Amino acid sequence: MYNISNEFDLEIELSDLQKLTDAVLTKYGYDFGNYAMSSFKRRIIMVLKKNGLKTVDQLLQRLVHDPSFFDQFIIDITVNTTEMFRDPTFFKYLREKILPILNTRPEFNIWHAACSSGEEVISMAILLQEEGMLSRAKVYATDINHAVLKKSAEGKYPIRNLQLYQQNYQQSNPKGKFEDYYTVKDNEIIFDPALIQNVKFKHHDLAVDHHFFKFDLILCRNVLIYFNQELQNRVFELLHNSLFLGGFLALGAKESMVWCKIVDKFETVNEVEKVYKKVKL
Amino acid sequence: MSIALNKYAYDILVIGGSAGSFPVVSKILEKMPSGYRLPIVMCLHRLKDKREGFKEALEIKSALPIEEPNDKDPILTGYVYIAPANYHLLVEIDKRFSLATTELVQYSRPSIDVLFESVADIYRHRALAILLSGANRDGALGMKRIKDHDGYTVVQNPQESGMSTMPQSAIESTQIDSILSVDEIILLMQSLH
Repeated sequence: MYNISNEFDLEIELSDLQKLTDAVLTKYGYDFGNYAMSSFKRRIIMVLKKNGLKTVDQLLQRLVHDPSFFDQFIIDITVNTTEMFRDPTFFKYLREKILPILNTRPEFNIWHAACSSGEEVISMAILLQEEGMLSRAKVYATDINHAVLKKSAEGKYPIRNLQLYQQNYQQSNPKGKFEDYYTVKDNEIIFDPALIQNVKFKHHDLAVDHHFFKFDLILCRNVLIYFNQELQNRVFELLHNSLFLGGFLALGAKESMVWCKIVDKFETVNEVEKVYKKVKL
Repeated sequence: MSIALNKYAYDILVIGGSAGSFPVVSKILEKMPSGYRLPIVMCLHRLKDKREGFKEALEIKSALPIEEPNDKDPILTGYVYIAPANYHLLVEIDKRFSLATTELVQYSRPSIDVLFESVADIYRHRALAILLSGANRDGALGMKRIKDHDGYTVVQNPQESGMSTMPQSAIESTQIDSILSVDEIILLMQSLH
């Protein structure tokens, strides 16, 4: 018989996950109780396997007794898949249709909600630079994970992804040359610090924290997919409260507002690129 | 051969496939009646940067509407759902889809293992899974999980498929209920309507 690993034979009951998320909330104030359980369970299995743990209860014990283990847990449990100009047609659309609207305002505010390691922040900064809007933009980038926030602020990325980023950039209808924005050193691409020098990187947990500012554009892409509908509704309220009337919300390519409670307070601006506009208070 | 299954024993039918399975899937869909009794959920390996064209190509011959679900869309009968490019597709306890951009599994996103394992956990013995031809081992763990929860497992006969690694890996990982030709798979699916 072909040797199949038994990693997924671990039987995890929802009640075990509930105990874990309750304990983490009580001890550390992070609330994973309303994450989409099928994908959250896969993350937990991955963490168990990585640490040689056999049960969710063993994980729970480690977490509550070892804060440094918890810091690593946050890094492992959160999803940090991102790339520069991810979904290039979305960035093309932003450049051609949304930025010209923002450009009519004397200044404007942009929030990268759950910015991960910051590739999207740099991409947006390049767009703003090329449209001559960078100096008027007030940009916040937030994440639940302190470690990736720190990385975001450095603007350094492994060179292995360069070709993909270059291709994506080319498809966004660029006005410049990608290579003008970075230098290469020790297998890293280092972006021009001027691009993100005014970005405010800030810790923020969409599951528990509140709105902190008003924005003209919020990007919250491929984050809500990890939440159940109850938490999605909470986050949509938060995003709604964080937008000026007439402000725009951009979601991931396969995310939708259709099932959220406050769908009628938004208008769909682009169904394919998932851009919505706040039309009601 | 003919297999008689209780057609009311299942609530979902999942299909996994990789390179080489596109014509097979197209042929299967051509033979399914509109208003098919079970939701059909498919994970087929596909290019990550081609968001369009795949669904449209399958729609040409299908009487059933084909959707690439958005996150949290409900799972409905009479529809064929295919995992969108560059996302894992999962099902949740309230019988809705969820999506994930997490790491590749078996070099794949979407991954058949990810879909099948979540379907096994949620639908338990009421899931029926079919694994078609393919050139890697994605799907083998998922089939095992379906079987462990007493769901029904079918693989395409490895001798018939162009690329046999995928069905063969599943056969080696668990006790598959039926090994069928494409024509037999079609008859089985029609019998469940």
